[in-house]
Amino acid sequence: MDTAESIATTRARPSVGPNPGRSAQSGASVTALVRPFGHPLGHLDLLESLAIFIIREVAAESERPVLLFSGGKDSAVLLHLAAKAFAPGKMPFPVLHVDTGHNFPEVLEYRDAQVATEGARLLVAKVQDSIDQGRVANPGPVASRNRLQTTTLLDAINANKFDAAFGGARRDEDKARAKERVLSFRDSFGQWDPKRQRPELWQLYQGSVRPGEHLRAFPLSDFTELDIWQYIRRERIALPSIYYAHERRVIERDRMLLAESEWVQPQGDETVEVATVRYRTVGDATLTGAVRSTAATVEDIIREVSASRISERGATRGDDRFSETSMEDRKREGYF
Amino acid sequence: MPTQPSSPPAGGPELGADTMDLLRFATIGSVDDGKSTLIGRLLFDTRQLFDDQLDALSDAADRRGLDEVDLSFVTDGLRAEREQGITIDVAYRYAATPHRKFVIADCPGHVQYTSNMATGASTADLVLALVDATSGLREQSRRHICISALLGVDQLVVCANKMDLVGWDKSAYQGIVDDMQTLARRLGIHSCTVIPISALHGDNVVERSDAAPWYDGPTVLDALESAQAGGWASQHGLRQGNGGRLPVQWVLRQPGGGRSYAGMVNGGPFRTGDPVIVLPQGQFTTVRSIETADGPRSRAEVGLSVSVQLADDLDISRGDLISSLEEPPTVTDTFEATVCWFHDRPLVAGDRLKLKHTTRVTPVVVERVEGIFDVNALEMTEADELAENDIGLVHLRTATPLALDSYTVDRITGSFVLIDDLTIATVAAGMVGRPSIHS
Repeated sequence: MDTAESIATTRARPSVGPNPGRSAQSGASVTALVRPFGHPLGHLDLLESLAIFIIREVAAESERPVLLFSGGKDSAVLLHLAAKAFAPGKMPFPVLHVDTGHNFPEVLEYRDAQVATEGARLLVAKVQDSIDQGRVANPGPVASRNRLQTTTLLDAINANKFDAAFGGARRDEDKARAKERVLSFRDSFGQWDPKRQRPELWQLYQGSVRPGEHLRAFPLSDFTELDIWQYIRRERIALPSIYYAHERRVIERDRMLLAESEWVQPQGDETVEVATVRYRTVGDATLTGAVRSTAATVEDIIREVSASRISERGATRGDDRFSETSMEDRKREGYF
Repeated sequence: MPTQPSSPPAGGPELGADTMDLLRFATIGSVDDGKSTLIGRLLFDTRQLFDDQLDALSDAADRRGLDEVDLSFVTDGLRAEREQGITIDVAYRYAATPHRKFVIADCPGHVQYTSNMATGASTADLVLALVDATSGLREQSRRHICISALLGVDQLVVCANKMDLVGWDKSAYQGIVDDMQTLARRLGIHSCTVIPISALHGDNVVERSDAAPWYDGPTVLDALESAQAGGWASQHGLRQGNGGRLPVQWVLRQPGGGRSYAGMVNGGPFRTGDPVIVLPQGQFTTVRSIETADGPRSRAEVGLSVSVQLADDLDISRGDLISSLEEPPTVTDTFEATVCWFHDRPLVAGDRLKLKHTTRVTPVVVERVEGIFDVNALEMTEADELAENDIGLVHLRTATPLALDSYTVDRITGSFVLIDDLTIATVAAGMVGRPSIHS
């Protein structure tokens, strides 16, 4: 077949007819109609559709999948997509929260409400239990438990014989995540080997594992931070209140604003100030910084994110600051 | 410390509204041709890099005692990549200009990472190839351009890089143009643009350069912004005017009884009332309804994840394919295919593997290896085995009949991967049919 010629011929035709679902009179579809060689689906539709495809593939090919849920915006989007993938039925896997014990109370309240709203079953694995059982060394009451989560997560995966875990990681977050496949293979120690990733061509997601091994599946890989917020706006997904501007007592430490809490108290000449802030990510409360912001609505946040000069993790995550490759090092050990 | 770009800020007002189109492109080339540097330069000059990322680059350069920031560090994220100064695996980057959104797959150049390169190119609308102007087109770049053409990427932008090192000599550029045009014609690449650049200094990447007054073509960014962005349409066979296909992923039980079949629409749109055939069984029925979580639809566009209910109660499970009657796929258990072999053990006749096609995994046996594709002569030479990273033509027989299209017609129903039973690794990428080469 003469490929060049056949492509030239098909190009001359209009690619699709008018879409009866979005009439030209509605006004909103004008941009869609003038797109020179457009796809009838918008960019958010395509991201949603691929994520649903990935979720269905992994659910079909694994024996015991689980969805990792932190209460952050990305896992909220992931949970919403999982519910949509199996509607009107229930999603065929539970939701797992790895609880560091260093939580924002708003996030725990939100977690319980949101998991119920989306019709899922919640499991909680506590880092405190790993400490009490001597699985990890006790770092002391106020130290970060970020890295300890890995042991708790892997223990929960082993105990429940989960062979696939959905996560909300995005490739635009970090250099190591930018390299990771949508389906990421973990050996029986939970380790990621970035030099031996499976080829992943087209939409052929190959998810076979042997007993003891598991997959991490990242359906949001191609979403950017801005896409996430636009999707939250479109789908009206509820989020923990700490994502929106509020007044909070904070301490400035290492160029980050940390919330004053039982674990974070002023040291040396640090002072507590009351500031109008919001969170761009949700993690361990001892490490996750707030940003000064008056963005109180999704619209405000989309405007703010569009104009931001600081990346999401750079602004707010102490855990990424240890070295150039801290995310890679944690992922190799089995981190999210 | 690099000069910080002034205004406008990264992002900008509502970049990436969902009415924008999306170009997915892959960057390829040989080792040291400067791919990662070019991506770093594109992101830097289009102001996609955040302040903290720029600071991290400056810190990294300081620690290594470099005078200038190494822009390749933007994409080379793994420890081993930074240590060796090479790209091992695909890095995905996201960028937006006021005109369009980009998904960039920065692919490795080393021959031993060909499978990673193919991973990046398999979903691309366009390939951006780097050629070192001081040495011309190398075999590795030829191989990667061949693989992307076989993968169906028909738009090629070639950057003749390091033009500063040849004194912006027009004849060095012209030599690459001549080579590339021949190659593009023989491989059936629809559009091929060659641009003289210096990725290191940014000439003709985003800003037009004064260094080559003899060149009046587009900059790299111009070429990327004016290319045909298919979204996913081209990868789903839409441009070929086929009928719809729905590989069944999952069977959903409806609350009131009955079943619906979930999957992503491919080939052409489905409408309620369409007559369809279920393959490989060959049963005829019609589409009763099309559902998404947002409610019923009368029409399902290509690329949309939906579930469909059929008028008749049939025995359908995951792996089956619902097709419109208009040019349905061929059902067969024996076929010839072009494969890229990624395993260090050679592929020979008699090999037994697993094959994943759409949503079905089935045992497969290699009946015959017919030949190896010679990337220099662009022809098939007789061979009875494929070594690691060879592209070859094989005859396969599957345990279950498959509903297949030729890859040149449809990237989804015409593609498959081979899986090693023992290691459960993906060992080959396969395309149904022979490569189409022009003399």
